Amino acid sequence: MDLVTFYILAAITVLASIGVVSSRNPMHSVMLLIVSFGALAGLYVLLDAPFTAVTQIIVYAGAIMVLFLFVVMLLNQHKEDDPEAMPASLVRINSRGFVLLSVLLAVELAVALSRIGITTFTTDAGAVASISSVARIGTALFTTHAFAFEVTSVLILVSMVGAVVIARREH
Amino acid sequence: MPTLNHFLILSGVLFSIGTAGVFLRRNLITILLSIEIMLNAVNITFVSVGRYQGTVDGQIITFFVMTVAAAEAAVGLALVIALFRHRETLSPDAFTSLKW
Repeated sequence: MDLVTFYILAAITVLASIGVVSSRNPMHSVMLLIVSFGALAGLYVLLDAPFTAVTQIIVYAGAIMVLFLFVVMLLNQHKEDDPEAMPASLVRINSRGFVLLSVLLAVELAVALSRIGITTFTTDAGAVASISSVARIGTALFTTHAFAFEVTSVLILVSMVGAVVIARREH
Repeated sequence: MPTLNHFLILSGVLFSIGTAGVFLRRNLITILLSIEIMLNAVNITFVSVGRYQGTVDGQIITFFVMTVAAAEAAVGLALVIALFRHRETLSPDAFTSLKW
């Protein structure tokens, strides 16, 4: 049952991601990426990580994708530049080479990762409960990883100021 | 039950799709979206290995990756807007002033 759910969600994720990469319209790309993130959130639930699943929906699909949508609509550039502008032979060779390279990367990663042997997850109820507990995550975040958490706030401040400075129109 | 291998292979496939997008596309916004796919592929590796080891560390690293992704998207999109103002195009081939 779980395996069937996994395959359905994985298929949605992979197909939506392929759609993101192959779509000519940035608007469609953003929408398909939201679909992909929704399926990924389902996979996180399957991995007993409900906190990560909810964060995925709220932060990724909610905040980051809205930012992307804003920019896509702001720039109003709904078509990719004409590939005719480049020499046709160059385009074809580049595309073929990079598709081949990516397929090879996927095969290599898959082979390498499947060589670690069959590794099943623990089904012990106590262990599963401790992983999926939001209280445990919060405790670890504010004790063991407190420094990294505080540095994150500085990072966000810097990126916020940076974004304003970079996008500001010179007067 | 899906095993760790299932999730790792899915992650590898997603990462390759993201890589293909970065190399193949001629649109700065789609390139940024492909980078998001790659970040999510890494996230799923972190969470599944954390699940395998029985610790919450994988989910915490994922939390930090999401924060960095948000910061990266904000700065990246600001750069895209600034570049678009200069050249009126989103093609990365138009921005070659620093090419030797």
